[in-house]
Amino acid sequence: MKLPDLTELALRNLRESVLRNSLTTIGISVGVASLVAMLSLGIGLQQLASRRLMKSGLFDTVVVTSRRDLRNFGREEERNGPAPAESRILDEPTRREIERLPNVLEAYPDIRFITELRYEDKPHLTMVAALPPSAQSNDAFEAVQGHFFSSDTAPEAILQKAFAEELLGKTPKAGVDETKVAELAAPLLGKELTMRYAEREAGPTAPSKSANDNSKAPADQSLAGAAYSVISREQKLKIVGVADLDPESMRGPTRARVFLPLKLAESLHVMQPTDLREISRAATDEPVYSSVSVRVKNPSQIQTVEDAVKKMGFNTFSILDASKSIQQFFKVLDVFLGIFGSLALAVAFIGIVNTLVMAILERRREIGIMKAIGASDGDVKRLFFAEAGAMGILGGIVGVALGWAIGQVINLGTNIYLKSQSFPPEHFWSVPLWLVAFAVVFSFFVSLAAGLYPAGRAARLDPVQALRYE
Amino acid sequence: MSSTGRSSLNAAPAIHATELCRYYRMGETLIRAVDGVTLTVATGEFVALLGSSGSGKSSVLNLVAGLDRPTSGSVIVQERDLAQLSREELAKYRLHTVGMVFQSFNLIASMTLAENVELPMRFAEVDREKRDGLAREALARVGLEARMNHRPSELSGGEQQRAALARALINRPQLLLADEPTGNLDSHTGTEIMNMVREFNQKLGMTVVMVTHERALAERYAHRLIFLADGKLVGQESNSAVAAGGRENGARP
Repeated sequence: MKLPDLTELALRNLRESVLRNSLTTIGISVGVASLVAMLSLGIGLQQLASRRLMKSGLFDTVVVTSRRDLRNFGREEERNGPAPAESRILDEPTRREIERLPNVLEAYPDIRFITELRYEDKPHLTMVAALPPSAQSNDAFEAVQGHFFSSDTAPEAILQKAFAEELLGKTPKAGVDETKVAELAAPLLGKELTMRYAEREAGPTAPSKSANDNSKAPADQSLAGAAYSVISREQKLKIVGVADLDPESMRGPTRARVFLPLKLAESLHVMQPTDLREISRAATDEPVYSSVSVRVKNPSQIQTVEDAVKKMGFNTFSILDASKSIQQFFKVLDVFLGIFGSLALAVAFIGIVNTLVMAILERRREIGIMKAIGASDGDVKRLFFAEAGAMGILGGIVGVALGWAIGQVINLGTNIYLKSQSFPPEHFWSVPLWLVAFAVVFSFFVSLAAGLYPAGRAARLDPVQALRYE
Repeated sequence: MSSTGRSSLNAAPAIHATELCRYYRMGETLIRAVDGVTLTVATGEFVALLGSSGSGKSSVLNLVAGLDRPTSGSVIVQERDLAQLSREELAKYRLHTVGMVFQSFNLIASMTLAENVELPMRFAEVDREKRDGLAREALARVGLEARMNHRPSELSGGEQQRAALARALINRPQLLLADEPTGNLDSHTGTEIMNMVREFNQKLGMTVVMVTHERALAERYAHRLIFLADGKLVGQESNSAVAAGGRENGARP
């Protein structure tokens, strides 16, 4: 029998006992729906997690430190490579060199210092950090009250929520802080802060900046007469934003409560701890960085960039390994959710077998007639297969729709709950197109497998016996 | 009683059964439904298998139809030994060589007449466009063109049997096998059906084997009567009135 005929006959037979076949098809739908729902949840959660993590900047950032920074000395991963004293200094030319590496988006220095800020003539001591313009797309600064820096050199500041509270004389409560950022921002935006800091200024006897590659011969530079002054300065800053930032987050500018534009911070030549360590370079104006953050175009290129930077003779750190274990976790979660989803489909499988075996008993005579007028075993077998397959496809399509609907409802419900707990809504449910196709095809093949035994039994039916059956 | 009646008809036999046996086991007892039947039916012949219930006449018909396989012996139909055919080949044989009608019509209840008649053509993989025309034609031949979109349950017994005849002939078989075709019909409609069967025998040259327990019916239409009892052939009788060309006989009421 040809396929269109087969399909037509199968659909006609399904319509004949519409109640039983509908119930079986609904059974398949529920199975497929639960499978789709489970997998969608897994995929959605994974996407949500990776979206969050990507935005956090943890997964596309490599932190580069000099081997001369002895804090990590002796660690397993630092054993190879040149001795600390012979390794390179992390300065501006090196930063530019790193920035030119393939797949690197940007490399910016981590500038941070502890200093005093005055607001309405009251001093406040805090950690200040510089932010590159790209930090604007960071999710922490996305929800900033006010706005991001108007330019990379503007004398502006963004405050961390807790610092804003401090400035306003409020004591942060323990536990969940429910104060609205907007409330804090309103009286502060546009106000002025005065920052007092120590500027490092190269001494008058400084040698010329001819030796750009000073790392090669740090000893050559004469210490004689080299000097720098530390001068107390003041800088007026305008408060342009207040960010609800978790000060404990793992991100680079951690624990800082005031943020400045990067170029502005650089131009201030604030005294850095490294200035003491790299005493040989005291006389130059070129800054030396304690660490440089390297942003990579794509998280998958982190390893390559890390290797390249290591080859240059620096220490690197990224959270790549942590991300690997997170992805592994989601793979395992997907498998488990898939197994639970498949259980419902297994029940549907038995339903199909039952329905078709019943159909054979009921249509015994019909099978006998078909055989008597010339149907082959194959024709009968294919007819039952087609019926099982049709139920599978129909059940699959309805199931995907049902699963999607369940997902939407759960998504909606959870977001209403999140909203009532004053959390931002999240989209943690995702039904990708491949899952839709997979679910329908899977349902089709599961149904065919369920039809295997009934179809074989129908095909083997003895026509003489079947015709005698009333 | 023992004369063979293939006189005036074609020489090559349509059916040739030799020592045909079909035994069933029912629990402990062995039932000899067909027990050593040897018979020959000529091409174009109209033969009636007569016997009481349980005589094995239907079992012989099922063996000739390729619905069942002999326990021993052979059935050769159109020069094909049915015992040697695979299940697949037997299905092909039933599809193209044999047309069957039954006492209980055996139309598929969920299908319209047109669909019932068309069904063997689906198995034969005839193109859809061709099928519609042929099914209509076949139903027109048995006078049911107007009812082609009705379901069997909406029709009388006679109409159902006519539709079954149309279905049996749709793939142009050489052999028509009828199992008590008038058993569920009143005598008037029975005559109507039998006249059609005779017409197919005469005009299309089909070989007809009819199982019946009504001797009068057999005498009216068959060229030859074959008597069975307890699975054995117990006698044959040439029906000279029909075989000798007295074909108007049967048309009489």
